[in-house]
Amino acid sequence: MAQRGIREFDGKKMLANHWAEYISKDFSFPGKVVLVDPETKLDELAKEHSWLGKEKLVVKPDQLFGKRGKHGLIAANVSFDEAKEWIAERMNKETTVGKVTDTLTHFIIESYVPHDKEFYVAIKSAREGDTIYFSNHGGVDIESVWDTVAEINVAITEDVDKIDIEGKLPKDTPKENKKMLADFIKGLFRFYRNLGYAYLEINPFVISGKDIVPLDLVARIDDTAVFEFMSGWGDLKFPPPFGRKVSEEEAYIKRLDNKSGASLKLTVLNPKGRIWTMVAGGGSSVIYADTIVDLGYRDELANYGEYSGNPSTDETYEYAKTVLDLMTREKDAKGRTKLLLIGGGIANFTDVAKTFKGIIMALREYKDKLKGVDARIYVRRGGPNYQEGLENMKKLGEELGLPIEVYGPETHMTRIVNMALEAS
Amino acid sequence: MTTKAKKRPDYVLMDRDTKAIVFGYQQNAIQRMLDFDYICRREEPSVVAIVNPTRDGLHKCFWGTKEIQVPMYKTLEQATKKHPEADLMVNFASMRSAYPSTKEALETNTIRTVAIIAEGVPEHRTKELIKIAKDRDKWIIGPATVGGIVAGAFKIGNTAGMLDNIVASKLHRPGSVAYVSKSGGLSNELNNIIANNTDGVCEGVAIGGDRYPGSTFLDHLLRYEKNPNVLMMVLLGEVGGADEYDVIDAIKDGRLKKPLVAWCIGTCSKVFPAEVQFGHAGARAGAERETADAKNKALKEAGVIVPDTFDDFDEKIKQTFDKLVKSGKHTPLPDVEPPKIPIDYAVAVREGIIRKPTQFVSTISDDRGEELQYYGIPISRIFEEKWGLGGVIGLLWFNKKLPKWAAEFIEMVVLVTADHGPAVSGAHNAIVAARAGKDLVSALASGLLTIGPRFGGAVQGSADHFTTYLYQGSEPAFMVKDMKGKNVNIQGIGHRIKSVTNPDVRVEIIRDYVNKNFPITETLDYALEVEKLTTSKRNNLILNVDGCIGVSFCDMLRSIGYSREEVREFVDLGILNALFVLGRSIGFIGHIIDQKRQKAELYRHPWDDILYAMPDEPEEVK
Repeated sequence: MAQRGIREFDGKKMLANHWAEYISKDFSFPGKVVLVDPETKLDELAKEHSWLGKEKLVVKPDQLFGKRGKHGLIAANVSFDEAKEWIAERMNKETTVGKVTDTLTHFIIESYVPHDKEFYVAIKSAREGDTIYFSNHGGVDIESVWDTVAEINVAITEDVDKIDIEGKLPKDTPKENKKMLADFIKGLFRFYRNLGYAYLEINPFVISGKDIVPLDLVARIDDTAVFEFMSGWGDLKFPPPFGRKVSEEEAYIKRLDNKSGASLKLTVLNPKGRIWTMVAGGGSSVIYADTIVDLGYRDELANYGEYSGNPSTDETYEYAKTVLDLMTREKDAKGRTKLLLIGGGIANFTDVAKTFKGIIMALREYKDKLKGVDARIYVRRGGPNYQEGLENMKKLGEELGLPIEVYGPETHMTRIVNMALEAS
Repeated sequence: MTTKAKKRPDYVLMDRDTKAIVFGYQQNAIQRMLDFDYICRREEPSVVAIVNPTRDGLHKCFWGTKEIQVPMYKTLEQATKKHPEADLMVNFASMRSAYPSTKEALETNTIRTVAIIAEGVPEHRTKELIKIAKDRDKWIIGPATVGGIVAGAFKIGNTAGMLDNIVASKLHRPGSVAYVSKSGGLSNELNNIIANNTDGVCEGVAIGGDRYPGSTFLDHLLRYEKNPNVLMMVLLGEVGGADEYDVIDAIKDGRLKKPLVAWCIGTCSKVFPAEVQFGHAGARAGAERETADAKNKALKEAGVIVPDTFDDFDEKIKQTFDKLVKSGKHTPLPDVEPPKIPIDYAVAVREGIIRKPTQFVSTISDDRGEELQYYGIPISRIFEEKWGLGGVIGLLWFNKKLPKWAAEFIEMVVLVTADHGPAVSGAHNAIVAARAGKDLVSALASGLLTIGPRFGGAVQGSADHFTTYLYQGSEPAFMVKDMKGKNVNIQGIGHRIKSVTNPDVRVEIIRDYVNKNFPITETLDYALEVEKLTTSKRNNLILNVDGCIGVSFCDMLRSIGYSREEVREFVDLGILNALFVLGRSIGFIGHIIDQKRQKAELYRHPWDDILYAMPDEPEEVK
């Protein structure tokens, strides 16, 4: 896939586990963090981690979204009982963060560290290497104090230990902390590089006696590198982004996708939408959605749908059935026709006739329901065997008495979007 | 003959003389490259070597209608040494080995461009490769790409799909529009759009969907800018990343001057509630600047020709091209008739336009469908209905669904012939071979090859002897007399120990079973008549177990509907030896396993068990 966010808990735990190896033996990070999910038995957790009952705690959701303080989703300096209560009030409840609504299911609890000075550090992947950002003014929106940030580039083949980090720290760095901070930054960079991180931001971290404690950590890992870093990552899970609560149908297609060597994707944007798409190919499917939006029909776009990678007839059948079922549940509120775009570019090797076979089976099955919502269907596709595939679609229209318009590579890929919208 | 790669202008990565090494044994892709060469009327094939870590030698493929052989090497080192003329590598290595193989290629002195096809190459590895390529002035296309194409000249791997599509998109001859896209899947559509609206593609590269493509949009656009064959350029960008801004900078500072039509896909990302990862690893809009809308706007502001939606992309390309033609800056390049493309046999068969007589006929089993079938019976049914070993032999040897008694009889025969101790010559040979360190199959073969007229052949021999006399209508007495006259022992008669008074229990079991179950017992009856005569001469001239099996089996064949002629046919082709081989293999294998598990040492026959009868002097022939 690509760079993917990991839980704050996993990032901190990994940091604690590898601290001595990569960061420092002179100072430490105690790693007092636990993760709470809907199955966690909190009292047993407290037995396992005795510090929970003894120390003041911080608790917050751990679901890949930030600005938790602003949304009142942090409780700091609380007892374990207070933390428990705080979680109980929020667990499995829907919460809106910005424009996104989803259910809270994961919380991180850590020990509360009293402090006054907060630092900022981030490491970010770039084409030529990686860049370290450091500021003595952490704990705020870093963009607002960007002129305090030191930027240190480390080229891809460069050894961080050979770089004079200490000399590159901002001028306002407290003298007594300089060496410790430089050592920490170097260590953090080694950690970042040796464990396949692509983005690591700690804002803020604090110095607490002989410890360095990251208070807020955001990280992304390049999951394609799993075969190189498996042992360092352990049983690392990549949680879905907040707000991608999947419907039953989306979950079904996801299961189908996971089982298959082909790719099957479905995102329902608006179940009452009038324009439904079922498009072959990742790029093409985006272009169809783009075109509908760009032509001014964003509110009527019902779904984003894609199938590719030579799916079997069975798979396209199941996929098409799922989309048709969603599409034919109710008539358009304003009584207009519903539109189905069976689009696609010119396939490289996918047998068009074969993939259409499954779609045709599904269309046949949903014939009456499609008529019931006054559906018009537009097809555009090219590639191996497209003539046969298109011919079969044409014949199907006649057989079922459904309006199915069929176009090949001689017609511009997205032209059917316009045609469909004009005809309705 | 090996020559150095042709010196090309720095803006040309591939041309009509490009020679490539394909890393990975991708037979279809190699054939597609050669087919493309052929319809471009290239003088020489573009694939000069294959690197296949598991096998070297020669790979056979088509060059038009002829077959040619492309050398295959186990290492890239050997391939580059033998083929210094190759300056491009198409790397089909997996996401795991894409890094080391690309690194090795970039570090050679001969390879200048590597196309990495694999998806899922770790980003930090790609970054290392980019650094190496930059330091050594080399090119990477990909990872996660189909590759690229120079119309009428060369194509990387599977680019542009099937041949009919290549011809439909006029890629077999040069056009004058060069494009660069991220997506390889869409490159086909771009080929089509450009072919429909201009004089065709000059060159197209898909840089791949990763966050850090080995070469960028700008890298290729700068090449196109310098290439006099490129009239205008097309860019298909996408949401995520900031590479399009580098293009804008190059326009602003005058490095790019040729007309450029561009569009970034993913304008729909704004309607998605949370971040949705589209197909590509690089396609995710973080900052506003990285959205498709922002990039399209910025491109337009920089003077790039940007449509309002993708739907006008074709129109903008057409207008731009037509304007250049109208202004007299360009004369459209001509269409060229491609040579006739030989159709692949498999395709022709699928389309029903070709037929050929088959070389083999098989009537007994079929493994092509959903499920293996034995003579029309799916294997699952054989288990469900418990057909057993006898039932399967019935299907595969006799092409019949046998009645229970017949299937059971076959199993009895297998059981009774399974072994006869280690001393018999076949078992002995198997044991000796096993102890000589031969593998199981060789040791088994050693035992089986012993089966013949004297060892184990009595089953076959008795069936032969008795049916010969019975079927020709001779009386048992005639058979005994006639065989004696020919001085031939009747096979299946006689036992070393067993006799009339000390009968062989195995014979009794089989005989009783046959008499109880078989509708026809003529051969067994006949043999028992013969036995009466022979035992009257000597007590131990009984019908032995081999004989009993041999004759009973003939009766079984008669009982399941075969005529006497057909039974003879089976006997003549050695069906009874087959039965003995089948049964006794079980015993031989047992002996071999037994010896091997004991780790028995090499067997050497003791001297004192051999009479050394060598003369002092050979007879001298005068």
